[in-house]
Amino acid sequence: MAEVFSVDPMVLATILGMGLVTYFTRVAGLVIVRFFTIEGRARAALEAVPAAVLMAVIAPTILATGPAESLAALITLLVAFRLPLWAVVVVGVISVVVLRSLFGLI
Amino acid sequence: MSEISGDMPLRDSDYIAGIKHIAPLLVAMVPISLVFGGLAAQKGLSPLEVGLMSAVVFAGGSQFVAIDFWASPVPWAAIILSALLVNVRHILMSASLGLKTRHMGWGKQMIAYMFLADEIWALSEHRGRKQHLSFAFYMGLVTPFYLNWVLMTAIGALLGKMFVDLDPAQYGLDFAFPAIFIGLIVGFWKGKSTAMVLAASGAAAILTKTYVDGAWYIAAGAVAGMLVGAFTADPEEYKGALDRG
Repeated sequence: MAEVFSVDPMVLATILGMGLVTYFTRVAGLVIVRFFTIEGRARAALEAVPAAVLMAVIAPTILATGPAESLAALITLLVAFRLPLWAVVVVGVISVVVLRSLFGLI
Repeated sequence: MSEISGDMPLRDSDYIAGIKHIAPLLVAMVPISLVFGGLAAQKGLSPLEVGLMSAVVFAGGSQFVAIDFWASPVPWAAIILSALLVNVRHILMSASLGLKTRHMGWGKQMIAYMFLADEIWALSEHRGRKQHLSFAFYMGLVTPFYLNWVLMTAIGALLGKMFVDLDPAQYGLDFAFPAIFIGLIVGFWKGKSTAMVLAASGAAAILTKTYVDGAWYIAAGAVAGMLVGAFTADPEEYKGALDRG
């Protein structure tokens, strides 16, 4: 069971680095609204960030992997407008399994 | 900020109210936490390392991306950079919520914002719109949600170790990441403008990924999406929008 509690120094450093940059993003907004006024196109650009980043992360998987992944993404998108997050994940996972086996049979 | 604050409930009951508000989400987060732990274990992380990452980072999206990139030796620079890029949205979230938490003072805000996850932020914004958003209520949201994420991801890693031969793709578990992100994207949906941002980001990301190694495609997609967001917007619409809260 030793490996349950093993911590690699490089892994620990990576985790601390992730924590540091994440904490920076969490307090940066507080400081910004206290000292600056953001409006106009700069604010529109900032408001686009969440959708732009999330899309950039998944684009290679959902658009450039294969028809099963792209179709499953479409199904997931449709249910995401109605279902809570956990149910969206269940639907996504089940669709990709079914579609992969279907495309595997063809 | 809020007129109701004159009749503000006791701090203890505010804390309990926070716990009650987050309760339904706790159940929903269990399978996602277990999946994260299992995937991390597949990449060679120990259950303790998984628990540490959840405790220190406490940001599901960036943790899923990190595990997606995880390899041996650890590509630490790409992982930390992608954590920064995926979590850039927190800057906006904390900017918006910051208008409702000024009364807490800098000290309590610095503690509270360590735990600014999407769900905590959404429920806090909701609370702050109607009544006084107290530090006790906020920490009531945070406490069970944080413990749930740290413990369940570590347990997921522990269970993952029992099934070392499990191929996540065989059970579609690899698709859990994109599914979560699609769900989050829909949460940010505002119509045609969002569609254009998504199209620009997706196209730039795929083009970059095809020609450039590493995590740069995330930055490329983010910048492309921001530019489209900036230039398709009606600047009048965004005048002083931050002061509305």
